[in-house]
Amino acid sequence: MEIIRPIASNPIVALRDVSYEIGGRLILDRLSLEVAAGETLVLLGRSGSGKTTLLKLVNGLLFPTRGVVEVEGMPTTRWDPIRLKRRIGYVIQEVGLFPHFTIAQNVGLVPRLDGMEPAAIAARVQHLLGEVGLDPQEFSSRYPRELSGGQRQRAGVARALAADPPLLLFDEPFGAADPITRLELQDQFLALRRTLGKSAMFVTHDVREALRLGTRIALLNHGRLETIAEPREFVRASSPEASAFLACLQEQEQEKEKEKHA
Amino acid sequence: MRPGLGSEILALTWEHFVLVATAVGIAVAVGVPLGILMTRRARLRVWLLGFANVMQTIPSLALFGFLIPVPWIGGIGPRTAILALVFYALLPVLRNTLAGILSVDAAVRESAVAMGMTERQILREVELPLAARTILAGIRVATVTTIGTATIAAAIGGGGLGVFIFRGIASVDTTQLLAGAIPAALMALLSDGAFSWIERKFSAA
Repeated sequence: MEIIRPIASNPIVALRDVSYEIGGRLILDRLSLEVAAGETLVLLGRSGSGKTTLLKLVNGLLFPTRGVVEVEGMPTTRWDPIRLKRRIGYVIQEVGLFPHFTIAQNVGLVPRLDGMEPAAIAARVQHLLGEVGLDPQEFSSRYPRELSGGQRQRAGVARALAADPPLLLFDEPFGAADPITRLELQDQFLALRRTLGKSAMFVTHDVREALRLGTRIALLNHGRLETIAEPREFVRASSPEASAFLACLQEQEQEKEKEKHA
Repeated sequence: MRPGLGSEILALTWEHFVLVATAVGIAVAVGVPLGILMTRRARLRVWLLGFANVMQTIPSLALFGFLIPVPWIGGIGPRTAILALVFYALLPVLRNTLAGILSVDAAVRESAVAMGMTERQILREVELPLAARTILAGIRVATVTTIGTATIAAAIGGGGLGVFIFRGIASVDTTQLLAGAIPAALMALLSDGAFSWIERKFSAA
């Protein structure tokens, strides 16, 4: 295991009996879970299972209609909404880089809003771009449209890391990437976790990605938490939804076997 | 050519320019903030766009006429003319400000919110810069059409190049007509060119 779980430290995120309802539709149904410092909790589920809503509850884009979401021990409703969001790095699938900002301006945005000195921002941006595998010399002054999808995704991760937040949220960040780029981005994610040791919540519908990146996997089904387990245990989970996801995995393995024998 | 026509052309062209610049200036000063407000309030959007649309359908000569008896803002002279011109210039400015801001990519806006930008920062650093070209295009349309409409200002004593045109019609004098029409057309062409230059500057950035 590359993750050393700190002993008895407070969870960075805690959901206690959380529901979220909108327009009479229950998106999340009495969900409780915790994210320990340094761990990557993968939220796995089909589209519409409530994964993204859960992330939005954590950084205060939405508030629970029942129960409490605590970040660093304080309910999100009591956080200053701007401060909470700046404490949390967020990476979405479409990346959302500002098209009129250079990569350096994009990555340096939150430090600048927080009043960091321009020289310090420049140094930070250089460092971060290197960290995510983008050559600062080459990419700093480029615009997002001049980058490939994978490169944009890396820039998005650098931007999320810019203010050195203790918690990162990833909403299917690699979903649009081709399989090879996806693998590279996952490797990058694992490497960053080794060096930075940040806590992360990672939304995906890809069970392989979940098993590869998660220190624990939370399986959501129709807004309910069905299983929460480490990957080792998760592959042995027997609930219907878990079996359905694991079946996808076996399908892929069988395909490979067939190819080998052919 | 009558002696003194040259200097009269210059004087009335300047008057015309002042009419247009004042009217478009006010339309921008009112229309852009209102347009921004409209992106935040859906109900206001319906009312304001409706109002601006209705104003646009009133024939310009009639609008000038309607405003004459209105106390405080009405009467004879350039002030009434400017007010009527503002009403016409407002629609393209409002509509393009609204369209420009609403067309900002939802993912870009969402990530701005998620990164902890305040509403004011999002407006100033994300929405307005990304909408700038569209807003500018609206101001361009407003300016060019106002240059044409402003010739009617002379009908209510507003001055400008329309003075030549109305005089030319009354006395069936082609020279007078052209003395009004040609400078107005040139002004429209020049301002259109100036705006396209500014737009190119913007898109280069």
